[in-house]
Amino acid sequence: MSTSAAGSGSPAPSAATVDRPGMIHARPVRHPWRWVAIAIIVVLVAMMISSLVTNPRWDFGFAFEIMQQTPVLEGLWKGTVFGTIASMILGVGLGVLLAVMRLSDNPVLRGVAFAYTWFFRAMPRYVLLAILGSLGFLYSQIRFGVPFGQQVAQSLGLSTDLTLFGFSWNDISSTIWVGIIGLGLSEAAYMAEIARAGILSVDKGQDEAARALGMSSGQRMRRIVLPQAMRVIVPPTGNETIAMVKDTSLLTAVPVLTELYYQAYLFGQRGFKIIPGFVAATLWYLIICSILMVGQSYLEKYFGRGFGAVPKKTKEKLMKIEADH
Amino acid sequence: MISDAPVIAGRPAPTGPPLVHAVNVMKSFHGNDVLKGIDMDVHTGQVVCLLGPSGSGKTTFLRCINQLETIDGGRIWVDGDLMGYADKGGVLHRLSDKAIAAQRRDIGMVFQRFNLFPHKTVLENVMEAPIQVKREPKKEVEQRARELLAKVGLADKPAAYPGQLSGGQQQRVAIARALAMRPKLMLFDEPTSALDPELVGEVLTTMRELADTGMTMIVVTHEMGFARDVADRVVFMDGGVVVEEGPPAEVIGNPQNVRTKTFLRRMTEGG
Ligand SMILES: Nc1ncnc2c1ncn2[C@@H]1O[C@H](COP(=O)(O)OP(=O)(O)OP(=O)(O)O)[C@@H](O)[C@H]1O
Ligand SMILES: [Mg+2]
Repeated sequence: MSTSAAGSGSPAPSAATVDRPGMIHARPVRHPWRWVAIAIIVVLVAMMISSLVTNPRWDFGFAFEIMQQTPVLEGLWKGTVFGTIASMILGVGLGVLLAVMRLSDNPVLRGVAFAYTWFFRAMPRYVLLAILGSLGFLYSQIRFGVPFGQQVAQSLGLSTDLTLFGFSWNDISSTIWVGIIGLGLSEAAYMAEIARAGILSVDKGQDEAARALGMSSGQRMRRIVLPQAMRVIVPPTGNETIAMVKDTSLLTAVPVLTELYYQAYLFGQRGFKIIPGFVAATLWYLIICSILMVGQSYLEKYFGRGFGAVPKKTKEKLMKIEADH
Repeated sequence: MISDAPVIAGRPAPTGPPLVHAVNVMKSFHGNDVLKGIDMDVHTGQVVCLLGPSGSGKTTFLRCINQLETIDGGRIWVDGDLMGYADKGGVLHRLSDKAIAAQRRDIGMVFQRFNLFPHKTVLENVMEAPIQVKREPKKEVEQRARELLAKVGLADKPAAYPGQLSGGQQQRVAIARALAMRPKLMLFDEPTSALDPELVGEVLTTMRELADTGMTMIVVTHEMGFARDVADRVVFMDGGVVVEEGPPAEVIGNPQNVRTKTFLRRMTEGG
């Protein structure tokens, strides 16, 4: 056949002489701008390294020394690490409780949870810690008992003042515990929002299936809804924890001075080398936060069992909560 | 006329009080009347199929039976228990959440979208309620759960997560999960309508086998073949009322009401 015009436009299906298309070995798209960017970054990093190495005021040797001082290590463990763990436990526990209250049918519980979140979100942590540290001026004794107990007891001629238990605020006013209470109460307000978004992210059918099986509301929340909400709750909680590591530096407002930043700063100041003090604190914060990030990824894997990725919409909602923090 | 209508597929004619006795059930959502006085009796061992166009209130009625919705009017008794209320001298008192949860234990429900617990394995899904709700010993429950999984053809999947199963397999797990509570009554809400066509058969087979064991079942379905073969009675609903009911041969084979006729014609044309 010599009908070249007909055969030229379309691939010829007929002949055994024409091979069918095989494997593709295409040239990749070139990214010239990538190389420009890399060159710029290399130069900038080199400049930074040279300034770190050649400027003696950084004094990394002294910074490493400060990192290993006993008061600094004590501040790290007893203040920063312990403070973070304890206030996050309080914050997460109270936050989940507030979230459940916020989603309950009971309007009183809903109102209380809303008011709590409103107040503690508006309260700067530094100010809150300072107030709690000075609370002893207002209430030297903290007592739990019947409201107006003293007056009631007097009018009835009783010798007791109807106090169930109490303690002196001044006994704890400058301890880490006040700091933990302050940071934990504040954290709970943020955790409440995170936990609420997590609970709402669980498909309604889950609760209904559990209800149809005869499970009580507590069982449904504990065994079906919360474990699934955790998948959504854990990542932002990791961020909260990392933020909390840094916020323990606010403990000086109480004042609690056994705390990483203050102790490192103190050492730098005493040696008239303030920068190595900052460097020492920075390095410790970097180390702690890196460890936390590893822990977070393990937790995410655990709570993600049986699931694919987190729905995009939920992720966006949580990012918004994070953003206005 | 068909003289032996009450006896179908070898099941005995109903005697004694019905297991499910619904009288004049009414339900509205924000002023939208969805159920307008439904009456229905289902005797022990019977299979009743609920048919009707979308929005006719089939799902709502099923959910009222086990109190996933509270009814606004009428009464529903299951096995002699008034659902959701205590009748104290003619005055109805709403039951506590706990008491309602107790009433639900004897009623299994299978959902259109399976609603398995995705964070638990297949075996854990089946074992959850007997252990948590009935506080039965774990060993006994596990044995029963494995037997049930074998019955629905999933003996080899106890350790899988629901997300690793096909839709048909998930729905069979959901059936096993409901049966693990040893219910007196099973409610199915379009159990096959979320499945790919090639997976519908396996779930229907499981349901047929369950019907053969004498389980009392109320099934909302669009599967006419299943309704015709398995149901003792077919109830056709439209606009929140029961339009027509009777043996499948009569309602499906020779419908009297115009709305039933239209619906069935559309069903057979569509598939
Ligand atoms: N929770 C609810 N709130 C408001 N309206 C509802 C609610 N549940 C159902 N409805 C309305 O009640 C009507 C009946 O719904 P229902 O789900 O019972 O219908 P159905 O017969 O099951 O339909 P389908 O075949 O589509 O499943 C619909 O108009 C629906 O919009
Ligand atoms: Mg429906």
